Amino acid sequence: MTDDEIRAIVFQTLKTIAPELEESDLQPDRLLRDQVDLDSMDWLNFLVALHQRLKVEIPEADYRKLTTLNTVVAYLASKGV
Amino acid sequence: MIEFKLPSLGADMDKGKLLEWRVKPGDPVKRGDIVAVVDTSKVAVDVEIWNDGTVYQLIAQPGVTIPVGTVIATLLAPGETVEAAEAERRSRPSPPAEAVAAEAAPVAAAAAPAVAAGERRRVSPVARRRAAELGVDAETVAGTGPHGSVTLEDVERAAAAAKAAPAVPADVQAEKQAEMRRAIAAAMSRSKREIPHYYLSELVPLQAATDWLAAENAKRSLTERLLMASLFLKAVALACVKYPDMNGLYREGRFEPGASVHVGVAVSLRQGGLIAPAIHEAAKKTLTQLMRDLTDLVKRTRAGSLRSSEMSDPTITVTNLGDQGVDAVFGVIYPPQVALVGFGRVEERPCVIEGGLRIIPAVTASLAADHRVSDGHRGALFLAEIRRLMQQPETL
Repeated sequence: MTDDEIRAIVFQTLKTIAPELEESDLQPDRLLRDQVDLDSMDWLNFLVALHQRLKVEIPEADYRKLTTLNTVVAYLASKGV
Repeated sequence: MIEFKLPSLGADMDKGKLLEWRVKPGDPVKRGDIVAVVDTSKVAVDVEIWNDGTVYQLIAQPGVTIPVGTVIATLLAPGETVEAAEAERRSRPSPPAEAVAAEAAPVAAAAAPAVAAGERRRVSPVARRRAAELGVDAETVAGTGPHGSVTLEDVERAAAAAKAAPAVPADVQAEKQAEMRRAIAAAMSRSKREIPHYYLSELVPLQAATDWLAAENAKRSLTERLLMASLFLKAVALACVKYPDMNGLYREGRFEPGASVHVGVAVSLRQGGLIAPAIHEAAKKTLTQLMRDLTDLVKRTRAGSLRSSEMSDPTITVTNLGDQGVDAVFGVIYPPQVALVGFGRVEERPCVIEGGLRIIPAVTASLAADHRVSDGHRGALFLAEIRRLMQQPETL
């Protein structure tokens, strides 16, 4: 999967959690949680949805790597999705 | 004959709009069965019946707005005959149907011009949920299903059309918002007027809980992972068992301690507003079960598919605003409850431990409680119990 394909899936997944989100509002290198209203339950649901869609395991210890849209895409790419 | 009255689904509800019946005359029902869907100002709720029996008459019409406490249906008690029920009904002074009819017409007519006032409008549950997600008023959608019922496709088509011409649904949405705001304002004004609140706060060290949670979650798959919130809920529930004067309802001048601990969880809605439905029997559930219930409850609250017992049962409320970044939250008690526990942000803080300064994760837990039922001393013991329980996460 290309980075652009992963990015599209990440964005779609995020939008299921935060339907008010527009792609143009999201700066890919800024902290997601500063730009999108996500509580810890939303965040967990976001990761669970990515896990189910992309069949990728995301250990809790890796959460700190997942801060921006870019880092989430890079992390998933490194997992070989 | 058993009269089934529209239940109050929370202090901020004084009327509700019947959306649909899920039963018909002659159906046997058991306590806890869902018999109707009712729209409060906040959300559509699946209303459960409180008696076993057989549905006799459906009195209220779908599309009609009804005051809380109005008889909306009658049931035959187990073993009761139709003749006995009829005799009982005739002996009553005023038929309840008139009260309902008086409230009826304007709402139904305004909502669904294509359907005659009072006539039942069929909307499939999946369509109703989708409509709630998309912010579409399912009552105004043209139905193409059997008998003009509204299907999932109808809702999605209406949502797409609404996007093209946003003016009308924006108004509907704004009016819904305004109505919810009025309902919250009424309940909170009542709380501040009637309940002599006192407030306490306590810093709760979370090193043990954080370490335990990290080790536990490392063993769990993503879908089974626990959030700190589930530990908070369990600690509050267990503390309620030990301090029953925080758990229960204050009604008609006296406090009724809760027989069980049903923890109301404040869930914010993305479009604004707040609902605090209950997790039942929280003190008896494992953390895994609580976490499943919490995930499910948040999902269903936002999708608009709560059960009436979840709306009316909470015996205490927990709010966890720390996720949004505040240090501490001092809440307004949700009447007729008598206490609300708030958790702020979990954050590393300097703490003095055994004479030394250490940086550890901690959270500020707060209590708003009712002076008619308890004093600050009891409240302090209650918060100290929550603090103590959080130091022993493996026992939760």
